[in-house]
Amino acid sequence: MFEFLESLGHSSRSSFAKLGRATFFLIHTLAGIVEVLPRPNLLMKQLYSVGVLSFLIIAISGLFVGMVLGLQGFYILSDFGAEESLGLMVAASLVRELGPVVSALLFAGRAGSALTAEIGLMKATEQLSGMEMMAVNPINRIITPRFMAGLISTPLLATIFSSIGVIGGQMVGVGMLGVDDGAFWSQMQAGIDFNEDIINGIIKSVVFGFVVSWIALFEGYDAIPTSEGVSRATTRTVVNSAFSILGLDFILTALMFGDI
Amino acid sequence: MPNSASAHNHIVTVKNLSFSRGTRKIFDDISLDIERGKITAIMGPSGTGKTTLLKLIGGQLYPEAGQIRVDGQNVHRLKTKELYNLRKRIGMLFQSGALLTDMNVYDNVAFPLREHTHLPETMIRTLVLMKLHAVGLRGARHLMPNELSGGMARRVALARAIALDPMMIMYDEPFTGQDPISMGALVHLIKSLNNTLGLTSIIVSHDVQETAAIADYIYVLSEGKIVGQGTPQQLAQSDSAWVQQFMNGDADGPVHFHYPAIDYLDDLLSTK
Repeated sequence: MFEFLESLGHSSRSSFAKLGRATFFLIHTLAGIVEVLPRPNLLMKQLYSVGVLSFLIIAISGLFVGMVLGLQGFYILSDFGAEESLGLMVAASLVRELGPVVSALLFAGRAGSALTAEIGLMKATEQLSGMEMMAVNPINRIITPRFMAGLISTPLLATIFSSIGVIGGQMVGVGMLGVDDGAFWSQMQAGIDFNEDIINGIIKSVVFGFVVSWIALFEGYDAIPTSEGVSRATTRTVVNSAFSILGLDFILTALMFGDI
Repeated sequence: MPNSASAHNHIVTVKNLSFSRGTRKIFDDISLDIERGKITAIMGPSGTGKTTLLKLIGGQLYPEAGQIRVDGQNVHRLKTKELYNLRKRIGMLFQSGALLTDMNVYDNVAFPLREHTHLPETMIRTLVLMKLHAVGLRGARHLMPNELSGGMARRVALARAIALDPMMIMYDEPFTGQDPISMGALVHLIKSLNNTLGLTSIIVSHDVQETAAIADYIYVLSEGKIVGQGTPQQLAQSDSAWVQQFMNGDADGPVHFHYPAIDYLDDLLSTK
């Protein structure tokens, strides 16, 4: 009994300690933004490896998700004779939910895991420590540019995901299933509100990008500097990011669209 | 002590330093001085916290008790900015080299110059080539760190460590895992850099022969204490059995070959 309480106390203490470290890490990372802004090259390099290199997986996934939405939406809507609303349905689901959520999940798997592994290995090979001894702050030089790149990339990637998804839905709905092209687009135009839908979707993906980049970079920075430690940190990044994205999505949706 | 000269001659003074990892005491109230312009070696078996000592001197770790002064400044009382200014004057050579793996040799050596100075690229080029020439790797400037052998990586790291013309270099196990030729090259480099650039060198090592060949003064650490100190000649004639075992590399002595265990015969015959 006492052993159980002891281990409970120990594990909760260590998770609070970790939360504290993560918070300090975030504060230092954010404070580093002033240092990175005058050096756009650092950011550009990371925007390429974090953002541009994630483009392909986002584009292809967006296309398929849109096509599936076109198929499924058509079968349900046609029961009510409302297949003209297909465009609205596809666009609303993408812009509000699937775009931000799925692109953030893919981003966590593609870029987040890579960031954790990279930072963890830099720690294991003493590169971060070496930088500190060269009087270069590794947070400013390494972490903050990556964090900013993640924050900038995710909303852009989510937007690309949704746009390509709409095209996928149109290809299936209009091209294969014979929905009227004019109705597809005009229903979408009439039903999607810029502030209500598009801006809210972008806010969601900014939040997800913030959380995923934070988790990925912190897990790498906090990893035990061995191969096993880095591999476990990488796993934690993907798992914790997925939980955070889905949990936060519910909260954000309730705040934005629910009348709670 | 190396000599009874005034404190001005000591670039590093460690006073009553204690440090623990978990429940294990790494340093138990040790004091030592590093004399300016000399090569001082800190030796001891693996796991005696020699690297930890360098990290304490560099301000990356905090001691539990005692103080460390580098060039008159108390390292652990400095503000971050002052500490970083001090570190610009200290070079450190990590055991792994710690080269940045996403840059080639040239950019690695240029890294501290680009981070800390506003020199034009042409000037940086001249400086980088000079430093690389000093370690004999001017021709390897386009290679990536993963294309270098262990000895070459350490020489590149050395070129990087002297890029900002520091007052002191700390070497963490510079000879470990080197073939005889790169070992010889490193021994020669450490000695000649120390003399030509007017540096102070601290070498942490357990390679007795190589270190004793170039060190002016040696501290021998074991189990958190300084068990011997002196010039290489003095240590070779030390009457401490422990120091003798360490310097001569005897398998058995005060440090036993066998990890503590129950009696061998009993162990073999027992059923558990």
